[in-house]
Amino acid sequence: MGAVQNFFDHYNYIATIVLMVAGLYIVIARGNMIKKLIGLMLFQTSVYLLYIAPGKIIGGTPPVLDPNFTVYSNPLPHVLILTAIVVGVATIALGLAIVSRIHEAYGTIEEDEIFAREEQE
Amino acid sequence: MRLDVVLRVGVKLIIPFMLLFGLYVQLHGDYGPGGGFQAGVIVAGALIVYALIFGLDEAQRVVPRRLVEFLVPLGVLIYAGTGAFALLNGHNFLDYSVLAAHAPAGRERGILLVEAGVLVTVSSTMIALFYAFSERGR
Amino acid sequence: MLLTLLVIVTIAIVRMRSLFGVIALSGVYSFLMASVLMVYDAVDVAMTEAAVGAGVSTVLLLAALHLTKAREYPQPRPAAIPLLVAVVVGVALIWATYDLPAFGIADAPIHKHVAPHYLQNAIQETLVGNVVSAVLADYRGFDTFGEVIVVFTAGIGVMLLLKGRRQGRDGREGDAR
Repeated sequence: MGAVQNFFDHYNYIATIVLMVAGLYIVIARGNMIKKLIGLMLFQTSVYLLYIAPGKIIGGTPPVLDPNFTVYSNPLPHVLILTAIVVGVATIALGLAIVSRIHEAYGTIEEDEIFAREEQE
Repeated sequence: MRLDVVLRVGVKLIIPFMLLFGLYVQLHGDYGPGGGFQAGVIVAGALIVYALIFGLDEAQRVVPRRLVEFLVPLGVLIYAGTGAFALLNGHNFLDYSVLAAHAPAGRERGILLVEAGVLVTVSSTMIALFYAFSERGR
Repeated sequence: MLLTLLVIVTIAIVRMRSLFGVIALSGVYSFLMASVLMVYDAVDVAMTEAAVGAGVSTVLLLAALHLTKAREYPQPRPAAIPLLVAVVVGVALIWATYDLPAFGIADAPIHKHVAPHYLQNAIQETLVGNVVSAVLADYRGFDTFGEVIVVFTAGIGVMLLLKGRRQGRDGREGDAR
């Protein structure tokens, strides 16, 4: 029973790792650049989960102080991830801007086709 | 676009509430969930919805892009200015105790100012991103 | 459980070839993520994720899709090596997570260091009841300042990249674009 208990204690981490690995796989395996950026987004959001999950205390409440509660979840990961989300969308937008410039220069956003055109020259 | 009556009327109804909600999230962020980052995105979202339904030109009549480009650095300056004000008064950078007679009150005021800076930068950056992409597409 | 739903959506994102569908699914993914964060007591973060992930970033992705006129990408090449890399990394990371403390227990090391100080003193020291706001803007104001500058820089970068007249690369004309 110990192993099953252990699995459920860490289930959230395992699911997070699956998301992370899916993002990694998309970034490596797919040639389309928008798809690659979405893979990067998946990776990023899984990191959010990895940060937030340890901060949760079962039976705790959100860290908004109130005299009726004594147990709060840890506010520190929330602060770090809150800013990271907004920074994340700004950097993804920068990546998308670069992708659309690449499309204007090459007429495609497939990695293979871009490499092929570079070699022709 | 002329045919989207439901969308056009619905969006007109929703936008004031979106803006009000953004303001609530911003100002009530001290006592409930919320703050500059969330409010900034909500305010930007209201304008983006408007631009999606009524077209980019209409949106730029409401918020011209010169204004957006002015607001992006302004928010950073509000934030840095709050910090520099403390610095000039003999405290550490971003030590808000100088903003009021009592240290806790000063820190509360500092948080409010800094969140305002965050709101301005985040909302105008999001709007600027949207403008940049959609102007390119024309 | 919500996390299982997230995993299913992720697998759909990996397998789907239509970019439009992928973007719609990433909106779904963001809302699910916001719900999960809500369950983890991170209300501020959940609000941000719902507004940013499902709102702004979906709009920006669709705009970029419009700019690049990509709809679907061709059949991906056989991907044995990436799959192998991903599986190996995943197994190693899952193996490593078993050394983490179990989910939700109150005496994990993360709850011992600075967090109790914030939770106990924030209301006296700053008069702000939402500890996340207090830490964000006051205790860790310098950090947030850096983040604001990053957002600012990214905005400037996008404006520089996308403003101005559309032109091809030097010496290339006649490409339909």
